[in-house]
Amino acid sequence: MQKSLHLDPNKCTGCLQCEMACAWEKYETFTIAKSRIKVFTFHHEGRFVPYTCTQCDEAWCLIACPVDAIKLDPVTGAKIVLEPTCVGCKVCTIACPFGTINYVAQTGKVQKCDLCDGDPACAKACPTGAITYVDADWTGLGKMRAWAGKTDTTAATA
Amino acid sequence: MRHVIIGSGPAGVIAAETLRKADPAAEITVLCGEGEPPYARMAIPYLLKGDIDEAGTFIRKDQDHYGRMRIGLVEGRALAVDTAARVVDLGDGPGLPWDRLLVATGSRPSREKIPGIDLPGVRTCWTLEDARALLAGIRPGTRVVQMGAGFVGCIIMEGLLARGADLTILVRSGYMVRRMMNPTASGLIRRWCESKGVKILTRTQPLALSANGGALKVDLGEGRSLDADLYLSVVGVDPNLEFLAGSGVEIGQGVVVDANLQSSVPGVYAAGDVAESPDVVTGKRQLNAIQPNAAEQGRTAALNMAGHPTRFKGSFVFNVLTTLGLAASSFGEWQGVPGGESTEVLDESRFRYLNLQFDGDRLVGANCVGFGDHVGAFRGLIEGRRRLGAWKRRLMDDPARVMQAYVETAVPACGAG
Repeated sequence: MQKSLHLDPNKCTGCLQCEMACAWEKYETFTIAKSRIKVFTFHHEGRFVPYTCTQCDEAWCLIACPVDAIKLDPVTGAKIVLEPTCVGCKVCTIACPFGTINYVAQTGKVQKCDLCDGDPACAKACPTGAITYVDADWTGLGKMRAWAGKTDTTAATA
Repeated sequence: MRHVIIGSGPAGVIAAETLRKADPAAEITVLCGEGEPPYARMAIPYLLKGDIDEAGTFIRKDQDHYGRMRIGLVEGRALAVDTAARVVDLGDGPGLPWDRLLVATGSRPSREKIPGIDLPGVRTCWTLEDARALLAGIRPGTRVVQMGAGFVGCIIMEGLLARGADLTILVRSGYMVRRMMNPTASGLIRRWCESKGVKILTRTQPLALSANGGALKVDLGEGRSLDADLYLSVVGVDPNLEFLAGSGVEIGQGVVVDANLQSSVPGVYAAGDVAESPDVVTGKRQLNAIQPNAAEQGRTAALNMAGHPTRFKGSFVFNVLTTLGLAASSFGEWQGVPGGESTEVLDESRFRYLNLQFDGDRLVGANCVGFGDHVGAFRGLIEGRRRLGAWKRRLMDDPARVMQAYVETAVPACGAG
């Protein structure tokens, strides 16, 4: 059974441990601007929403890459950026309709969540269980996939 | 089933791979027109900069890839297509027979119609061969006069400066990248380029080029002229369609295709720069010469060719370009729509700008300069026609919160309530 990240905004306190764990795992820094998981803050209602790549089946980033710099990890299902091959053209960053692959000016490459080879640092660091790494069927992945093909939704209630 | 794909760019390569997965027994042939392995033009700026070698531009890095997938790469150019006999005419030999044909011939640089455009020292930048000529011809101090500051004109500048070129850019209109960027965004990009030592002359168009010793004289009229060692003409692109004359395939601006990317002739499909398909935002049929569109159309056309009816979800115009390190992106109806509203935030000193265009409570277009994070969400919001509800007003007040708006209105697990 393939696993995926389950993100539960209702359990997120906005502590940003996940962002620090990600930045440390990938760059050995606590500069959270470099994190590949992002916690969005909604001050008007005191909510925090952790958000990162869902490793979607469509793999918009992978198919849009002109130089074959994004590969599928057959074990975890993650779409992985091969840094030495990436030229930094940013096509993937506009192709991904979720906004979860981003350009990093310091490296001249793009970055995205790669599930840390099947042991995601963010999930290990989350103290409240808002981020868990579980069997794919348990996550909102199905809903997310259905959403990806859907358009013309009714007005948001926000 | 014999599938022939004319063109070895991203649309052609992805179509061939998709066909192989969908139809293991099919015969798949890709016609390559340039005597090169399939490569990505998108990577040429990085070749000019010296970041990568030629192999770094290849669409697939493993040279056995095509053989292993039983995709035949055939060198040659299509001169004509006989849709009755179902053969592609290659000029010599018997031609290539097909049961399903994909036209993925891309575009080529538009030619300026001025005297002297055929002189030595005049180049464009489109192919690997062009890149080799530029790499060989530009030394520190080489005077390069570049005509055009569109998408290609902008993304190659960094490579030219990296070679040491003394660069002057001529812009016919008043604005750089005017097909992607509004005047404010365009002005920021211009000022950025000038701050890096590039001379930019707007509302300027050469009347003629002439040989001047070993160099070129660029006649700008009214007694003005520029001396150039190299004249680089990058004034846009035109789709490669001529070989379809007389084939019966309906041509508008490009190959007119239906929702399944099939042309007016059954069995003939088109994908990428040459395909004229409906825009999901405007509803109008148009060419959409961008990489993600080529990739997604290549995949969809192939599924249809393999007998799996698949509708193309539709595309819209969006693009990203990096001009001397300054990233800028453009989405959809960035010029706005009648009766729509817009909002923007500008930080001139930091070269940051964001402009949003709304139709009711939907985002329909955007221009961004210097904002790089989460820009894909613009695609999600616009293409998905997400209704923003209360977020519309919040974005009018603070456009920079667009990712928060996206997360709350478009991601089901994250939405409020």
